Amino acid sequence: MSTLLFEHSLPRFAAARIASSFGSGRGAGVGPLRLVEQDAPSLPGEGWVHVDPLLAGICGSDLSTLDGRSSRYFEEIVSFPFVPGHEVVGLLSADAVGANGSVLAAGTRVVLQPVLGCAARGIDPPCAACAAGHVGNCGFLAFGHIRPGLQTGFCADTGGGWSTTGLVAHASQLFAVPEGFSDADAVTIEPVACAVHAVLGAGISAGDVVAVLGAGTLGLTVTAALAHLAGTGRCPAPRALLVGARYAHQQRLAREFGATEALPADQLARAVRRHTHSLSFGGVAGETATLSGGADVVIDCVGSAESISQSLAMVRPRGTVALVGMPGKVTIDLAPLWHREVRLAGAYAYGTESVPGGAAPAGAATSSGAAATGARKKAAVKPKGAPTSEVPTFALAFDVVAAAATGRLVSATYSLGRFEEAVAHAGAAGRRGAVKIAFDIRKGHTR
Amino acid sequence: MSRRPGFVLEVDKSTPPTLFWNGEGFTLETLPEGSRVIYAPEPIKALDDPYGAIRHALLHPVGDRDPLPALLHAGMKLTICFDDISLPLPPMEAPDIRQMVIETVLDMAADAGVDDVVLIAALALHRRMTEDELRHALGDRVYDAFAPHGLLTQHDAEDPDNLIHLGQTDAGEDIEINKRAATSDLLVYVNINLVAMDGGHKSVATGLASYRSLRHHHNPRTMQHSRSFMDAPASELHSSNWRMGRFIADAGVKIFQIETTLNTDTFPSSFSFLQKREWEWNLRDRATFAATSRSLKGVPPRLARQIFHSIESPHAMTSVQAGEVEAVHAITTENVWKQQGVDVQGQTDILTLGLPYICPYNVNSIMNPILVACLGLGYFFNLYRGKPLVREGGVLILRHPTRPEFHPGHHPSYIDFYEQVLTQTVDPVAIHKQFEESFATDPWYIHLYRTGHAYHGVHPFYMWYWCAHALEHLGRVIIVGGDAKAVRRLGFSPASSLNDALEIASDVVGPSPTLTHLHAPPLMMADVH
Repeated sequence: MSTLLFEHSLPRFAAARIASSFGSGRGAGVGPLRLVEQDAPSLPGEGWVHVDPLLAGICGSDLSTLDGRSSRYFEEIVSFPFVPGHEVVGLLSADAVGANGSVLAAGTRVVLQPVLGCAARGIDPPCAACAAGHVGNCGFLAFGHIRPGLQTGFCADTGGGWSTTGLVAHASQLFAVPEGFSDADAVTIEPVACAVHAVLGAGISAGDVVAVLGAGTLGLTVTAALAHLAGTGRCPAPRALLVGARYAHQQRLAREFGATEALPADQLARAVRRHTHSLSFGGVAGETATLSGGADVVIDCVGSAESISQSLAMVRPRGTVALVGMPGKVTIDLAPLWHREVRLAGAYAYGTESVPGGAAPAGAATSSGAAATGARKKAAVKPKGAPTSEVPTFALAFDVVAAAATGRLVSATYSLGRFEEAVAHAGAAGRRGAVKIAFDIRKGHTR
Repeated sequence: MSRRPGFVLEVDKSTPPTLFWNGEGFTLETLPEGSRVIYAPEPIKALDDPYGAIRHALLHPVGDRDPLPALLHAGMKLTICFDDISLPLPPMEAPDIRQMVIETVLDMAADAGVDDVVLIAALALHRRMTEDELRHALGDRVYDAFAPHGLLTQHDAEDPDNLIHLGQTDAGEDIEINKRAATSDLLVYVNINLVAMDGGHKSVATGLASYRSLRHHHNPRTMQHSRSFMDAPASELHSSNWRMGRFIADAGVKIFQIETTLNTDTFPSSFSFLQKREWEWNLRDRATFAATSRSLKGVPPRLARQIFHSIESPHAMTSVQAGEVEAVHAITTENVWKQQGVDVQGQTDILTLGLPYICPYNVNSIMNPILVACLGLGYFFNLYRGKPLVREGGVLILRHPTRPEFHPGHHPSYIDFYEQVLTQTVDPVAIHKQFEESFATDPWYIHLYRTGHAYHGVHPFYMWYWCAHALEHLGRVIIVGGDAKAVRRLGFSPASSLNDALEIASDVVGPSPTLTHLHAPPLMMADVH
């Protein structure tokens, strides 16, 4: 039984970091990741169940880890060795209870909400964030009856999706996959949930100009989420949704997902300037200049020093830059942030969202096909002042996945044995015309 | 030896390859037997004494106008407006016609004791000229006498304090023009007529107008109904300008129009082969062509641009007439036709054009893809009277590198038009409806137009509208040797060679099409029967 195991090895970290300087994803072959034969992890306690992965995606944060480039901030909230893979769709090996309290029979197809919050850690009473439903902000990721790990896929006790032996998941992490969803649809639910959370937390107001910087999986799912949530009255509708995408296929997908305009990343600031009728200073004709006005909200789905600087240059005074792409240690000039009183807000993971509408969408409290059916029906736009409801981010993500058919973002799948190729493909996804690369762990699927 | 008229050659086995312009370079193409090549008439002999001719024209005006000296008196307000950098092409060797005419007018004004004189470059929505460009057009003497005192200005179509709304024509067209010019006791307009489109009422009604005025005729509907806009009687563009011009005259604006025509002596002697017929190339022409082509191959585009934009044309003045606008322009048009007209029998299935490095809107600048489209489908396609050279549903094949390069200072809104508009639609009508107003009123473009050297934000739209008639008329447009992505962005088909282009064209016009090549520049007008 094969598992990709990531071990703590400083020489291999260093080798991965050097290799990655030749291109993202190159660290997999020389770094701490290796294919091993290993049994499934044991159940940490009550409420836990084994899950056999079907598809497991390769995320940007995985690439940073494999390339030895992720922030040292994470050192205390991961435990080694771990099995990567937190974007997972799999099958339950036994009956279990789902995150919303419904009973899930053995064999049910589930997706993981991978954050290992207080409930999974057996911590009672939970931290304030978990108590409020914001599991992504859990303060006790290094504590409890399992070893540290911010998510499944970064914890030595739970296993991860990149394995044929399976992983263990807590009831609080389990969501049944709606009927009608393909495995590819299902494996995009986790990144879509991140996007939903980012969109709803970005402080978008009706009539705003919103710019999305980057159009990999995150940028595209943010685009799809914003277009869908605004279209269904779950968030205020911007007057323009502008997406900066480096590659032609990304631009096409962004348009299909609802972007007002999708254009090369280096043209995004110009489009923002034009849509906001701003002036431009400090550069030639707006190329690298700061805008007098700018976008009300910039959603940075890259997370590099360059992208954050670009975001600060194109956001309006008192606007918001939502940082969705995972940054590391970066050097940027924060003078414009200070001077223009820009709000720089992180956007990580998911939990519970407060959205307009008296009732949760169908996916919020169901484990059946009702979710998929419900997701395809547009909710009525609620008038201002209408009641709000607390809805799991994953439930909202089901709607977006169904409406936008995000399964099409899965461009290629690989067997675990070809992990070096898979990671290299993921690292060069944009250049190679791809978006999401995943491991295919389904029996009988050899790729 | 007498001047030879324009000529239509039928290609046969003995015909040497034909020169095609290709941006900052040229190439030889072998056209299929039976193809036609249209050559421009040879240059008309220049006026022997241009200053004398100018003086004579000012003293003997046509139409309902007194001689210029009779219109000048002490205490009057005189404004002299002149065509901008877009004319002539290439820029002419010094002294420029504008300099010669304006010096003569100023001498007469000085004799009459006129001391309130302002010069205005009639930019419309074009970019402001640089000091060097103004000095070249006007000469140092005029520049140094006026510019330091703020008396040499450039029309600012976005300056609310210096625009005046004169009213509306019967067709509801707003007339808003330069206030100083409109409120002067006399407006002298100095024109250079490079093509039949120029001059007439268009000089003031367009050159000194604001967007509020221009939008009435610079739009897809007008351009689709101008067949062609080089033939004023058949041009809705001109009908609108004529309505406006007559309204301006009725409003009491007194215009003394001075128009000049040029011959087709377009390139200096070092490039003389460019205006010869290929079978008449001598050894020196062949050697110059080979050496120039070879050296240009290794030159980066930027340097090639510099080389070509340094060319000054030996254009010479063939006529000058002055007086009342319409009477003057009738003579001018006749003289333009005398120089440029070529009789052509029948239309063609395929029209081929080699596009040069320059058009009216990239003097000392970059020919971006939108300007390539405008030069090919706007200007060259419309060089006809009667019927277009290419039949309806036919194919236009252009040759140009069509690099996606832009001058950020001159063409900022072109960049956004290319990236943000053409990515969504290439339909002039849809573009007009969805995007024009936003670009036209964009404060950043306005700022750059007023304070820098940028074309107005709406200008790329006008360039696209200039293509509207051709886009409606043609079955396909193919660009040979162009950047494939840029060509597709324009909505056209890329081809790597003329043979490939003909192969692609056969889908539209069949396997044995007729083909005509317009061997321009030098410029000519096809009278298609």
